[in-house]
Amino acid sequence: MNWSEFFNMGGYAFFVWTSYALTLVIVVANIVSPMVQRKKTIARIKRAIKRENLNLDNRA
Amino acid sequence: MWNWIQRFSSPKHFYSMSAALIPWFAVSALLVGLYGLYLGLFVAPPDYQQGESYRIIFIHVPAAWMSLFIYMVMAISSAIGLIWQIRLADMVAAASAPIGASFTFLALVTGSLWGKPMWGAYWVWDARLTSELILLFLYFGYMALQSAIDDQRSADKASGLLAIVGVVNIPIIHYSVEWWNTLHQGATVAKFDKPSMHIDMLIPLLLMAVAFKLFYAALVLVRTRNEALYRDRNRRWVRELIKNL
Repeated sequence: MNWSEFFNMGGYAFFVWTSYALTLVIVVANIVSPMVQRKKTIARIKRAIKRENLNLDNRA
Repeated sequence: MWNWIQRFSSPKHFYSMSAALIPWFAVSALLVGLYGLYLGLFVAPPDYQQGESYRIIFIHVPAAWMSLFIYMVMAISSAIGLIWQIRLADMVAAASAPIGASFTFLALVTGSLWGKPMWGAYWVWDARLTSELILLFLYFGYMALQSAIDDQRSADKASGLLAIVGVVNIPIIHYSVEWWNTLHQGATVAKFDKPSMHIDMLIPLLLMAVAFKLFYAALVLVRTRNEALYRDRNRRWVRELIKNL
């Protein structure tokens, strides 16, 4: 079997490779999205800690 | 026993124990997945009726299985959270919803891309397709309730109840190909007879299913850790952890 035959998928190239490409997109999105979420959550908690410390300083 | 469960399921304990597991799940998912893809795309013979187009099965069927499996995880965790008030269970449910929704979407779109060349239509309102679409809306409903209700306990109660009620859809999806006349082909693997599939096609299909499960295991751990950080943001263990980051 040669490569052009492989990529042609017996004439079904569009359907097969679109499916596999979409799978790749979903897999990558599933990996990236919780990493972004984690960064945002940590930044948010850090801001909250800073704010609380400021409030305490002002009161003192 | 109860004390032991309470301690073991505390978000703090989960957070410190789970970190080590994630790379193992991730790496094994990658290895099993690559081997499954190799067997599925290069070794498995073409189908005698569908030619090469059937190779969509190696992602379509595992994605569809995952959409059901993750829904059951979500519903059972929600029930545990509702009945025994175990916060970690609610976190697992909330972490599972977006992953399950993405697999459901993948199953629907790859199915539609397979349906076009085989049935001549991207979409038909048949029982299997419609009930799977309802599953996607159940995931969306769960996520919408989670984000619409500010109080976390109320959000978990409302969305958890939706998840549990929605379980009725799961057997409908599974048996839809038997109960109604449908274009969708019947079960080839999950039945009491031996699977009506050639072994060279069956093995890559099962490998891909295992790879998807391992991938989900890694993802749900990562997302549950995020949930734990966010929900316990005012507790001391998170504060101390963040200070040291």
